[in-house]
Amino acid sequence: MEFLLFLLRRVAWSLLVLFGLSVVIFLIARAMPGDPVRLALGPRASAEQVEQLRETLGFNQPLIQQYGIYVAGLVRGDLGQSLLTEQPVANDIRQTFAATFELVLSTITIAFVLGVPLGVAAARYKDRWPDNVVRIIAIFSAVTPSFFLALLLQILAGYVLHILPTTGRLPPGLTFSADITGLITLDALLNGRLDVFLEALRYLLLPSIALAAATMGQIARITRSSMIDVSSQDYAEAGRAFGIPERVRVFKYMLRPSFVPPLTILGLEFASLIGNAFVVELVFSWPGMAAYGVRTILQKDLNAIMGVVIVSGVFFVLANLVIDVLTGIVDPRIRIRGRR
Amino acid sequence: MSFPLLRVENLSVSFTTYGRTVPVLHGVSLDVPARSQVALVGESGSGKTVTMKAIMGLLRQPPARITSGAIYYDGADLLTMPEKERLKLRGTAMSMVFQDPMSSLNPVFTIADQMATILKYADRRLGRTRSSRDRMQRVYDTLAQVRMRDPERVARAYPIELSGGMRQRVLIAMALLSETDLLIADEPGTALDVTTQAQILKLLKDLVEARGLALLMITHNLGVVRETCNSVYVMQKGVIVEKGETAAIFEAPAHDYTRSLIDAVPRLTGGRRFGTAGVPA
Repeated sequence: MEFLLFLLRRVAWSLLVLFGLSVVIFLIARAMPGDPVRLALGPRASAEQVEQLRETLGFNQPLIQQYGIYVAGLVRGDLGQSLLTEQPVANDIRQTFAATFELVLSTITIAFVLGVPLGVAAARYKDRWPDNVVRIIAIFSAVTPSFFLALLLQILAGYVLHILPTTGRLPPGLTFSADITGLITLDALLNGRLDVFLEALRYLLLPSIALAAATMGQIARITRSSMIDVSSQDYAEAGRAFGIPERVRVFKYMLRPSFVPPLTILGLEFASLIGNAFVVELVFSWPGMAAYGVRTILQKDLNAIMGVVIVSGVFFVLANLVIDVLTGIVDPRIRIRGRR
Repeated sequence: MSFPLLRVENLSVSFTTYGRTVPVLHGVSLDVPARSQVALVGESGSGKTVTMKAIMGLLRQPPARITSGAIYYDGADLLTMPEKERLKLRGTAMSMVFQDPMSSLNPVFTIADQMATILKYADRRLGRTRSSRDRMQRVYDTLAQVRMRDPERVARAYPIELSGGMRQRVLIAMALLSETDLLIADEPGTALDVTTQAQILKLLKDLVEARGLALLMITHNLGVVRETCNSVYVMQKGVIVEKGETAAIFEAPAHDYTRSLIDAVPRLTGGRRFGTAGVPA
């Protein structure tokens, strides 16, 4: 019951943020220099033609009403037409989003599964060699641009060692349509196609590692400082005085209270991951939304840009909703304080 | 006199940080006989916490180093016994009441979870088995012993949901979970208001007397000592400067430092008991 209320409150906040997001994006699009109607009709259009199209498109209505039309479209999933592909933007995004989502999901999994233990080890052996090794890893992963790492991995694993594929999501001969969730790995499992699942994982591995490195370094560093902070708390010491084994003390008593900062960072990383993904997607010919977004920006395809921004924003807000709920589960103080 | 339950003999500890070694304890000796209440008194930085940590085996080495001395528990030297043997005593035969009720409980686990975990590993060290239902019963019983109304509700709570006084009682209950012979209390209740602290000290004293435990009370407050302990060791700058029966020390403190500590106890009548040398009145 208590948890349900906590959940409802978080969802309500997310809706509020989404509303704000839609307003901001709408206003930015309206504030852009240049008249979209003139742009669409070209320089030789008459004033009447311009006026007519303005009316058809609803530009002569009050701003509030224009916003209403825009939001109504959003709710129906109508993001307008793309100049680039001459397809509805929603279709383009639907086709590309799943690929990016799969990439980001496996990226955060790798970043978290490697970053947290590295941080724990560094904190546990503070100022000793494991700490220094983790520090070096964290710094290198933070300063190496993901495109460089992507190329490096591609050359090393693909062309030198020939152990992993370097482009695409599946081998060219393999036909598999991921039409349940759009995530090939997940759909393959749902269809019981273990062979496809393993193939897809192999294709997923290199781009995910390239994208995960920076986030992993961040998480390792945050986990380290958070653990060190907790280890100086009396309750960490109390665990020793009561004879709790070191393993339990570190992984139960110290890791869980340290878990909120890395989770929060992870939530924030979602935004930069979507942004950074385009380089990795281009290098690995990954048919994702991030690469699509960049193409639309280069073509000044306004509808498509807005669509990508909105979908990224919604994704970011939802990801952070999940993270918020997770932090509430991990740390009861967050949901108990929120109650007051 | 028979051998005391706890004997600290000529204990010296030094700390090394950034290449500089600073001696902190200089040959500290003290006895805690079974079923007696002993206080170790001194100001902040006098070395009483280091002494306590050395006894509990909580000193981080390095930076700390025990340069000489012995700590006997029940006749066996804790400093030379194998770590495995020592682990069997820590948190079971000798147990600790932590000072700060706000920071000594893990904020992300329920009271029941924390207490049951302590009991689980205490049982395991001693080679006992107990079903999880029995364990929870023991947790409830112990919470009831520290005069907690509705122990089951308290057990379900997270620390943040309890008052300071209740948390301090939980800390006492944690120390009492196993059959303890020696309780080491680190200024219990200092973080609480005076009324609650008085209740906590009364509770601690009652429990110690009813169960026949030995108590080593670490404090800077001689007022607390008078309420709870039969004998006192006064510590200053890592040296025991005075020891004796509580009543005798209050009656005729031999050392200037003891006098200034007694003067520091707030009194209702006002004024000072002793003209204190070296400390401005």
